Parts: sequence; C-alpha cells; structure tokens
Amino acid sequence: MSLAEITLHEAREKLRRREFSAQELTEAVFRRISETEEKLHSYITLSRDTALREAKQADELLRTDTSPHSLLGIPIAVKDNFLTRGIRTTCASKFLENFIPPYDSTTIKKLRAGCAVIIGKTNLDEFAMGSSGENSAFFVTRNPWATDRVPGGSSGGSAAAVAADQCIVGLGTDTGGSIRQPAAFCGVVGLKPTYGRVSRYGIIAFASSMDQVGPITKDVRDCALMLEVIAGYDPADSTSANLPAPQYSASLTGDVKGLRIGIPKEYFVSGIQPAVQQAVREAVRQLERNGATIIDISLPHTEFAVAVYYIVATAEASSNLARYDGMRYGHRASAKDLTETYTSSRAEGFGPEVKRRIMLGTYALSAGYYDAYYLKAQKVRTLIKKDFDEALKCCDAIIAPTAPTTAFKIGEKTQDPLQMYLSDIYTISVNLAGLPALSLPCGFDSEGLPIGMQIIGRHFDESTVLAIAYAYEQSMDWGKRKPDL
Amino acid sequence: MKLTREEVQRVASLARLRFTPEDEERLTKQLDNILRYMEKLNQLDTSRIEPFTHAANTKTPMREDAITNEPNADALLANAPAQENHFFQVPKIIE
Repeated sequence: MSLAEITLHEAREKLRRREFSAQELTEAVFRRISETEEKLHSYITLSRDTALREAKQADELLRTDTSPHSLLGIPIAVKDNFLTRGIRTTCASKFLENFIPPYDSTTIKKLRAGCAVIIGKTNLDEFAMGSSGENSAFFVTRNPWATDRVPGGSSGGSAAAVAADQCIVGLGTDTGGSIRQPAAFCGVVGLKPTYGRVSRYGIIAFASSMDQVGPITKDVRDCALMLEVIAGYDPADSTSANLPAPQYSASLTGDVKGLRIGIPKEYFVSGIQPAVQQAVREAVRQLERNGATIIDISLPHTEFAVAVYYIVATAEASSNLARYDGMRYGHRASAKDLTETYTSSRAEGFGPEVKRRIMLGTYALSAGYYDAYYLKAQKVRTLIKKDFDEALKCCDAIIAPTAPTTAFKIGEKTQDPLQMYLSDIYTISVNLAGLPALSLPCGFDSEGLPIGMQIIGRHFDESTVLAIAYAYEQSMDWGKRKPDL
Repeated sequence: MKLTREEVQRVASLARLRFTPEDEERLTKQLDNILRYMEKLNQLDTSRIEPFTHAANTKTPMREDAITNEPNADALLANAPAQENHFFQVPKIIE
C-alpha cells in the first residue's frame, strides 16, 4: 500500500508516533501524482518546492512534539479558486492564467496556521461554472474510476485527486453542488457547510449568496476534522456567521437511534438512474436497521429549483465578474479605446460557458426583465426555503441522491447547456436554502461507477449530518474501494 | 423565438462582451431555450411572497473601522497588465 492512500486521521496519528515523516508522506503523494497525473489531469499548478519546504518545517515541529497544529504535515489539494499568496491562482480561466495573488484566502490562512502542506491547485470549471469539469480553459480532468468519464464539477480536480490518492484531503467550493456532485462521481466524501459557516474571504466569487467552502475527503471523520479547522467567524466576510463552531468529530458516535430522517418524494422520480435510486433506498433501509426513524416528506417546489438557481446564480455572476476589466490584473487585449479594451479583454479572456452565464444574468437583471426573472426567482426561492423549513420541523435530516446519474461520458452533455443544468437538480435547492449537505458513497452501478447519497441538515447543524454519515459509513464502508489506475 | 438577435447584441454590449455572428446565432438559440424553461416559474402565484434575502437571518456584525492591511503597492502592481512610475497604466479616456 502506498503511503498516499492514508486518511487524514490515520496520518495525523502516525506522524505523531513518528512512523513516518511529513517529508516521506509528501514525497509519497508527489510520487503518486507523477504515476497518475498523465491519466487524470487533476492539477493546474503543483507547488512542489514550497510543499517540501512546508513538510520539512512540519517535521521540525513534530520533533518538538508539543505542537497542537491540527493539520501538521498533511498534504492538501486546493481548488484553484482559493487565493494562495505566491501560488498562481487561475480559476481555470485564460483571464487569470498568470495571476499570482498578493494575499491568502481565510481558509488558506487557517491551513497554513495548522501547518498543512499545500500540494497544488486543482482543476475546475472556469470560475466554478459547470457540472462536469469540462469548462476548464486548460484541460479536462478525468474520472479516476473510468477515464472516459467526467469527474463532475466544478470541484472535479479536488475530487479526482482525493479519489486517486494524489493528496490526503482536498478543498472545494460549492455554489450549486460543486463539492457534492464531484464527490459522488468520484466515490469520496464532500461537505457543503451551511452558508455563513466557513468564510468566503479570498474565494474568487461566483454567486455570493450561495458560494460556500468545504472539504473533500476519503472518509467522514476526515471531513469532520477538516470542518473543525476551516469553520468559524471571520470579520473579513460580512456574511460569515458569528456562531461558535462545535467540535464536529465529537458527534461521530455511530449512533443514529431516535434520529428522524426525511425522504422527499420529489427526489425519486423519472429521470433518475435505477441503480442510483436502488442504492439510496437501500442505504436508507440500512440506517433504519441502525435505529433511525424514516419519514416520508414533501418538498413541493423542487421542480422549480433549477430555473430559480440559473437566474439567481447567473445574475450574481454577471455582477461579480464585472470586475474583470483588464485594468489592474488579468488579461488585457490591445485595442483602440477604453470600451474596446474592456470588450476585447473579456471576449478573449472568458470561455463560452462563462460568457453564456454572464449573458443570462445580465439579461435577467436588465431594465424590463428584472421583475419577470430576478425578482420572480427570489420569490420562488423563498418558497423553496420554506419547504425545507417545514420539512425539517418533523425530521432531523433529509436523505436524497446527490445526482440523478453516475458520472457521464466526457462530451455527452456539452452541446446542450440546459441538459447540463438539469443534472444539478438534487443539489441546487440546498444552496438556494443555505443548508448544510454532505455526499458520501452508497454503492456502485453495474459499470463500477460510484453512487453518492446526500444528507441534508438544518442550518448550522453539520453535526447531525456528519453523525448520520458516519453511522452509515461504519456499517457499509463503500469508501474503502479504490479505483484501479 | 422569444429572444431576438438584437436583444442578444444589446445584452452583450451591456456586459462588455462580443461574439462572432456564428456564436451569436448559437447563443441566441441556447438562451432562448433556457429562458423558455425558466417560464415555468410563472405557474406559481407569488404575489404575496416576499423575495428571499438571507438564508439564516444572521445579523450583519459591526467591527471597528480600522486599517488591517498594510499598504503594499509592489504586490498589487505585480499583476498589472501595464504600469508606469508605480501607477496602473490604462488606455487614454479623454482626447
């Protein structure tokens, strides 16, 4: 077994017991990357030199043996939309191809304070806009379970890197499913915390009312440990919640007795792949055997979520991306006057999906259409949130599939943007309502592709979500299976 | 078609984007298709519904109005497409 296969919690213990050094662990991860990266293309940028330096520092701290650092010597893959001081940050866009951030995002600061080893920056859909990873301006990351298939998106690079042991843990962002769907497609664990739980400061903004940072990990315990590091109030993010972040790993008891789990009937309808439906239903039965109470619930406005999301998200994106004018950083085209410089810089710097979303969002916000699209969508968003508020009064968490299918083929959905948008059907409502949700493996289809199950919790109740996920993982352990690369 | 080529051109100019005629034609069809899908929202009567504002209704916290970031012009200028004498250099806007 390669050292790179290890989980965060195992590595943490073994590093402390000096079974191996942080430098050995980091070397093992880079060896694994050099063996597999040609097949997968998970990373846009590798920061080998700084990583090895960080590992060396970690080993020095480990020798003193008193360090409380939470991530001491742990190799981490970071999605390339987190600002990392001194490490190129592209957001998978030509516009930012050579951008080197002058500061760290809050999450990266916390990783550095925890003495983590930053391995590199992973591939994503350009500006995190996509459900397959295919919208990267540079290359398409491959699914480790079948390299002719997508890893999911937008955090496809981080999910593939975790699944293929090209890191110990990964970081992603989730605006409409961008952590959970790739985690499901790659057979790993991914958590989108409650909106406001983790600081968004220094994350390249896509849709600010929904963007949220979260971990992608090999198991549920790692997910809880990562959340303990990154959660918490940050004055630099005005939407950051000023609430204490609990010790999430303490909720991993394996006990779900008495917990009430809601199953929304609207999530098990035509269009869902039969193997996905079966696997999730079987997982629910398993939790019932473990002592949970299963309740049928209804989220009546589910069918409107995709329409609401692609109005709200594109409107916010069109506004957020107005900053890319080619004046202070990023791509600047040479043109005859100022307006022409703006237009040419943006026309050259942005890829087709980013342009399509800017167009959609600009249209939805423009004079004459604002009420019909943006305001209407925000009203229906209220109804979607109320559905969840009502449902979560009579259950402690909700279980649903993460995605309607397993990983699809590269190129399968690129010709029809609406079909691609509809593949987000099970994840986007959660972002619209601001709730926490986790995806974890619950089986494989007949082609050996992983299936993900989603556990949705109340606002700021990641503990219950993690507790249910952990109990299920303990009884099944699908996550132990590894892709054959 | 609900959406016209002219509207697409108008929105492109608002967004400071530009498309080739072929891209514009394809985009018009795609956006039209997406906007038609979004019309399903009109099935719902929302006349008495308040628009969404915030997921968890937490208060916006107050903080001291103090400078927390030191001036660092060199770091900020390092990504500038063009610079001169410690300033961002931009295209002329007044003749």
